[in-house]
Amino acid sequence: MSDGDEKPVDKMSFEEAMQELEQVVGRLETGQVPLEDSIKLYERGNALKAHCEAKLKQAEEKVAQITTDAEGNATGTTPVDGS
Amino acid sequence: MSDLIEDAQPGMNAPEFTVAEISGAVKRMIEGEFGHVRVRGEVGRVMHARSGHVYLDLKDERNVLAGVIWKGQARKLRVMPEEGMEVVATGRLTTFAGQSKYQLIVEDIAPAGMGALMAMLEKRKKALAAEGLFAAERKRPIPYLPEVIGVVTSPSGAVIRDILHRLRDRFPRRVLIWPVAVQGEKCAPEVAAAIRGFNRLAPGGPVPRPDLLIVARGGGSIEDLWGFNEESVVRAAAESEIPLISAVGHETDTTLIDHAADQRAPTPTAAAELAVPVRAELSAALAGLEERRRRAWAQGLALRGQRLRDMARALPRPAELVQYPAQRLDHFAGRLPGAIRGLVQARQIALGRVGARLKPSDLVAQGGRRLDGLAARLPAALSLAAGRKRAGLDGAAAGLRPALLRRAADQRRRDLDQLRRRFARAADRQTADWRARLDGLERLRQTLGYTETLKRGYAVVRAGTAVVTTRAAAEKAGALEIEFQDGRLPVGAAGGGSAGGAPGGGAPRKAPRKPGGPPEQGSLF
Repeated sequence: MSDGDEKPVDKMSFEEAMQELEQVVGRLETGQVPLEDSIKLYERGNALKAHCEAKLKQAEEKVAQITTDAEGNATGTTPVDGS
Repeated sequence: MSDLIEDAQPGMNAPEFTVAEISGAVKRMIEGEFGHVRVRGEVGRVMHARSGHVYLDLKDERNVLAGVIWKGQARKLRVMPEEGMEVVATGRLTTFAGQSKYQLIVEDIAPAGMGALMAMLEKRKKALAAEGLFAAERKRPIPYLPEVIGVVTSPSGAVIRDILHRLRDRFPRRVLIWPVAVQGEKCAPEVAAAIRGFNRLAPGGPVPRPDLLIVARGGGSIEDLWGFNEESVVRAAAESEIPLISAVGHETDTTLIDHAADQRAPTPTAAAELAVPVRAELSAALAGLEERRRRAWAQGLALRGQRLRDMARALPRPAELVQYPAQRLDHFAGRLPGAIRGLVQARQIALGRVGARLKPSDLVAQGGRRLDGLAARLPAALSLAAGRKRAGLDGAAAGLRPALLRRAADQRRRDLDQLRRRFARAADRQTADWRARLDGLERLRQTLGYTETLKRGYAVVRAGTAVVTTRAAAEKAGALEIEFQDGRLPVGAAGGGSAGGAPGGGAPRKAPRKPGGPPEQGSLF
């Protein structure tokens, strides 16, 4: 939340990014943030938004079936028609 | 005694069997009579042999019936009997002649009605709950948006299709299906192995490690779902590092895996709904946030701009700021020349007044007074100053260190001695050198001089101080003087003897016509 513990946006999960974006917007909306900080917040919000959008775009269905060895370990996958 | 014998008598008539005969007879009778029986009882000790056969006891309060389930049969059982379970076993009785035993060959064994099964389930549930496997604090949160979802279920059938459909509707994801049998004796071990197998996947490995597991199965009888009540499955689900959603059977069916799962879904479709959010809703929420962010930003800027304009309006204009000071400057600048003139005049007047009052005698008298005063203060001041100087001197003297001075003096002295020695040596060398050169020059002078020539028999003839070199000059001269190597001999031209008294005083035998020494010759000319 504070500037100190900012996590790199590209390391965030969708939920983390979304949550922080909400905080960022909330703080911007208070209008109590100094201009310098609000510029940072705005840019941070930009990055968070882009990250969330990218995560939403990665909505690709890919279904595969696990293949196993004799010990029951997963060794690979075979594609499955997911219809 | 005789009684005994007599008693034995009647037996003598009975036919006599061998052990094999009686064993065979018993076997035939038992197998014939009890070729197909249903036995109800409580399961006692159960032993799973390595061969795959299962040995168990059926019992009531007082009796025990040994039973065996052959491997092939055991595999087909839907519910594996456990100690304490009330069961109905179907099978046939047979004997085991080698040990004089009889036993029930179980062909099928099932809990004695729903009540018995549920009672057993309840007992197992309590035991596992006591271990803490179902504790709320063990539950992991379901990730908001998993990237990879692992599904443990039958690869064919409606269940996986339902899950995939619902996922597609909401938020298409990567799905890994771990195929398992969802009923029968293979069900429990395969489901447990699949859960553990997914957990064994390393992040970043060839097979992506799921962020979420769904264990799913469609509806069925309690016996059909029994695998999901098995302890191995419950333990695997409880131990799963990956958050797990169970979706077994219909809404009303509850299996033990539901208690161990991090979340229970009533149906497979519901599991998919729990697994992922709706993408469209997220997009909308994101768009909403974006809108708010832009508006907040624009508003923030507008607010600040407005504030800036307001403040700017309140700010006085620069020209106004300097107008008043400029006016003051003009005012004073105008008054300045007059003021200076006035000042000079005032000074002049004051000077005139002072000058008029000035009298030399007064000055002298004043000077005399000051002198007297100073003279009176002088001795004391002197002694004071002298005292101060002395104190200073004492301080300096105290600071003086004779040893240091002496050392310095010694050093100087040594330096001086050394210099003196060097000078003496240099001077000796120089004088010797000069002497050598002087000797050389003297020798040269002597060689070059005429006196050496005199030794070889030449003589110098002089008339007075002039050297005579011709006969004519000799005739003209009154008296001559001949210089030999050992002295001069005056010779009178008219034959008069000289005072020298040298013998042989005639005319010179030979008028030496010698070139003469350069100095004499030089001076001659």
